[in-house]
Amino acid sequence: MTTPLVVTKRMTEFPADSHTIDRYEETGGYEQARRATGMTRDELVEEIKTSGLLGRGGAAFSAGLKWSFLAPSRPSYLVINADESEPGTFKDRQLLERDPHQMLEGIIITAIANEVHDAFIYIRGEYPKPARRVQAAVGEAYARGHLGKGILGSDYDLEVTVHLGAGAYICGEETALINSLEGLRGEPRLKPPYFPAAKGLYMQPTIVNNVETVSNLPHILAMGAEEFIELGHPLDTGTFMLSVSGHVKKPGNYELPHGITWRDLIYDVAGGIPNDRELKAIIPGGASSPWFVPEIHLDHQITKDVCAEAGSMLGSGAVIVMDDTTCMVRAAERIVRFFAHESCGQCTPCREGTTWMEMILRRIEEGQGRAIDLDLLLDVSDNISVGLGWPPKMTTICPLGPSAVSPVLALRDYFREEVNAHVELGGCPLRPVEVHA
Amino acid sequence: MSHWSEATQERAREIISRYPQKRSAVMPLLYLAMAEEGYLTNEGMKEVADWVGITPAQVQAVASFYTMYKRKRTGKYLISCCTSISCMLLGGDDVLHAVEDESGVPHGETGADGLLSVEHVECIGACGGAPAVQVNYELIEGVTPDKARDLVRWLGSAQPEVVNTDEMQELFGGVRSFDWAIRDESGAVGPYPAFQPLGTVGSEGNA
Repeated sequence: MTTPLVVTKRMTEFPADSHTIDRYEETGGYEQARRATGMTRDELVEEIKTSGLLGRGGAAFSAGLKWSFLAPSRPSYLVINADESEPGTFKDRQLLERDPHQMLEGIIITAIANEVHDAFIYIRGEYPKPARRVQAAVGEAYARGHLGKGILGSDYDLEVTVHLGAGAYICGEETALINSLEGLRGEPRLKPPYFPAAKGLYMQPTIVNNVETVSNLPHILAMGAEEFIELGHPLDTGTFMLSVSGHVKKPGNYELPHGITWRDLIYDVAGGIPNDRELKAIIPGGASSPWFVPEIHLDHQITKDVCAEAGSMLGSGAVIVMDDTTCMVRAAERIVRFFAHESCGQCTPCREGTTWMEMILRRIEEGQGRAIDLDLLLDVSDNISVGLGWPPKMTTICPLGPSAVSPVLALRDYFREEVNAHVELGGCPLRPVEVHA
Repeated sequence: MSHWSEATQERAREIISRYPQKRSAVMPLLYLAMAEEGYLTNEGMKEVADWVGITPAQVQAVASFYTMYKRKRTGKYLISCCTSISCMLLGGDDVLHAVEDESGVPHGETGADGLLSVEHVECIGACGGAPAVQVNYELIEGVTPDKARDLVRWLGSAQPEVVNTDEMQELFGGVRSFDWAIRDESGAVGPYPAFQPLGTVGSEGNA
């Protein structure tokens, strides 16, 4: 764990003013954007492709490849996805509040690489403080000529606008985000044909990148693709941020090298479990991801590939730790409730399915469950995610519905007896539990 | 034609100018409408429709999709308690119940005196500082049921004109997702997010 910090370095070294343009420029800020104004689209796309940088928003798609898919028609647009809403995830909030210029420099580099002159930063509505910080940084950058007409002494124009969401998780899905930014309901579009790189914002080619993804760009240009690769795993380069929450002594965001194990993360980095309780389950990559259990997964490496092989994903990097006082039915209900609440309602399997799943889980938790309820849950789940595999075979436009299936799979695979105990007892066997310190 | 103040109209014009197509300004204009009247009225939605050139029904279709556009009168202080998974694991439900009990306002409702609205919300991105609460979307992390009761009493007695996240964190908060380090001098003046897109003009403050 000696890998140097990248995106959290400045805020760690200069906590008092890492958000200001003065500190940013004193520590090398905007030099790479300035360099980028003298580079061609091909050079920039090639450098980022070589670096192996994967999108940090959840889908883990190659950032450089995404850029290379951009259709040739113009104007093209850049949208930064700062609609961080996946339960367990709070890393982008820290990047937005504590080092907004780092993201802005990444935006400039992305814009030049994709011949974009209009960029939008879509920040979730519940983040007014991060939005104020970013707006202040945008103002500073305009005042110094880093944004606007002829940025950084070049003849390149770039306008950046901060756009506030209004409380809809689904707008983190890139096509829903685009609809929302067009002033529509945040409903996902069908892909194909509406891949943003071809038909995005206003039906023009559009790049949608996550905050952490673009925050890495100035560093890749500064250190070079080769060095960036060496920081990480060959298939998953650079560092990555994990948000750790739940039953750990030291919750928080951690910028880590790839390859440490879940045991290292929970018992070393995050300080272990309060009151020395036993670990019961890990949600490895946000509420959408299938769960892990210590008996099987604790010594697995935390990489995209190992997670995928084990039937889950690192997703948005949100690790939720649950100890042995946690009722798994209750935890599953809470996650399914989230997806039921956030379903946009376009697709029947998701809209109806998540709602029924929530009601069934609640009745089990409250002691009204029936012996067939787990099978019923699996049957409803199968209508949203055919075959119940991972990654899911979807019956829906977007992955929201299939994500709601993940906790049900955990109940089936690891906690069947606990579900049955609820039914037999006519209530939750784990309540009342002690209040955590 | 517009019922909005001259300052709000100027802001609306500036917001619309930031977008290649003016319909994109619907969301920020809906927030302006809320700031004018404290919540989103039919008149407010009609005004937004006029500004961007779509029908009031189209505006309502957008407004009804998003939870933060409150189409019912909302209290001076909107208390949002997170009960999603990470907050639930660390007692978010107990915090919600403490707020409901102390205020006498059940979630989803507004007190008769119009001071407080209470709601439980899905994840607000404060999982490392669970359980978390927002007042007019200004965040407090690491809240206990007792501190939540203190918060309710404080809002009733102090009735701050500007709700400041750092002040509330110091008075009622605990564990945070990360070190906030820098004080935020601005805050919320009503039950809507304290943020104004200001185009090229840099400003930390809205309050």
